[in-house]
Amino acid sequence: MALLTLRAVKKALGAETIFGDELLDAIEVDSCYSADLMSDVLARSRANGVLLTGLTNPQAVRTAEMADIKAVCFVRGKKIDNGTIQLAREKNIPLLVTKLTMFEACGILYQAGLRGVPE
Amino acid sequence: MATEPRLTKTQELVYEITVSEAMAADVVTVGPDQTMADLRIIMRDNRISGTPVVEDGRLVGMISIEDLINALLNNDIDAPIREKMTTKVECFYADEPLVHTFAKFSKYGHSRYPVLERDGRLAGIITKGNVVQGLLKKLEIEFEITEAKQGSSRRDRPTIRKFFEDVYADEISFTFKYLVAGQNLKGTGKAASELKSALKILGVCPSLLRRIGVATYEAEINLASYTKGGEIRALVEKWGITVEAIDGGPGIPDVELAMQPGYSTAPDWVRELGFGAGMGLVNIKKCSDEMELKSSVPEGTHLTMKFYYTS
Repeated sequence: MALLTLRAVKKALGAETIFGDELLDAIEVDSCYSADLMSDVLARSRANGVLLTGLTNPQAVRTAEMADIKAVCFVRGKKIDNGTIQLAREKNIPLLVTKLTMFEACGILYQAGLRGVPE
Repeated sequence: MATEPRLTKTQELVYEITVSEAMAADVVTVGPDQTMADLRIIMRDNRISGTPVVEDGRLVGMISIEDLINALLNNDIDAPIREKMTTKVECFYADEPLVHTFAKFSKYGHSRYPVLERDGRLAGIITKGNVVQGLLKKLEIEFEITEAKQGSSRRDRPTIRKFFEDVYADEISFTFKYLVAGQNLKGTGKAASELKSALKILGVCPSLLRRIGVATYEAEINLASYTKGGEIRALVEKWGITVEAIDGGPGIPDVELAMQPGYSTAPDWVRELGFGAGMGLVNIKKCSDEMELKSSVPEGTHLTMKFYYTS
């Protein structure tokens, strides 16, 4: 399992930062949650990961906050709700968006050394 | 300097620690004029297989179970120990470093050696077991010192447990209450978020904070998705934290069914927001140390979750 900075995650996914670009160098992650179902994310056991999701409403950020997830990256170049960005700013959780599909994004992060999170 | 091999902590310890720190000081001894028959009883009663022979506080020999067996075979059980003991004895001084014992244990193969003070008095006895135990004990002490040094900042940081240890009243508790609107997921998670922040300020440890946050969030999602609204209450006490989610209906007709993973009655609008897959109660049960779900139709549902402090 590798430790990647969020900057490295952003680069690997060719993503853009929606919020928190200045936070990307200092935060490191070793795992990835990928789900549109937030209960599946909340059921996982550990922190220190990034959340890949297609869910763009504020609950994605709220879920990250509750589960101590370090950042959220939206897939398929989705347009993000203002409320979502607002909440991320409040909670200081960086947001990224990539044009890649969930499948491609997962594959790239796996190759970069991130791993899944067990139940 | 960089190429010089570094001693490991254990290697350093065997030089620092002396034989006297590891030895057993409370030793059963025998006198040279006692008989082998006496020895048999002393060995049996103390469950030992060998012992130093001492005369006027001075070590004069060692006697072992092997000597006893030979005496029995030769029908010589009433002979004095003096005639049967080994007089040429390898021994250690109490102030020698413990590392000296290693060589002798492997060279001579005896399982125990007497330990002497420099003036020749018997100080104790040392076995391989004593060596291992002595090292472990020393390591433990070193570890505690290191931890205390590193932990000074950690100890200064208030924890919820420390708080309850430091203050006294016949009963102490904090109550937090949050109102949750029903039929609307817009601001959902605010109560869980506020509670998590409050508990963090009180000094609840991160892993427990996370469990409470996730369980409360799921409970809040349930209130917002399925009920007319309700409240979340948290009670912080000396032993742990109770979180309750109470709503005003419509209630759950079959609680057992609702607890099954994947069972859901969620409408589409809840599913679109990333919930409603029938995992909420399952997650709550997993995160909490104790959970109780009571419901009646149409009065409402009362969910109780308990969390115990872990550190």
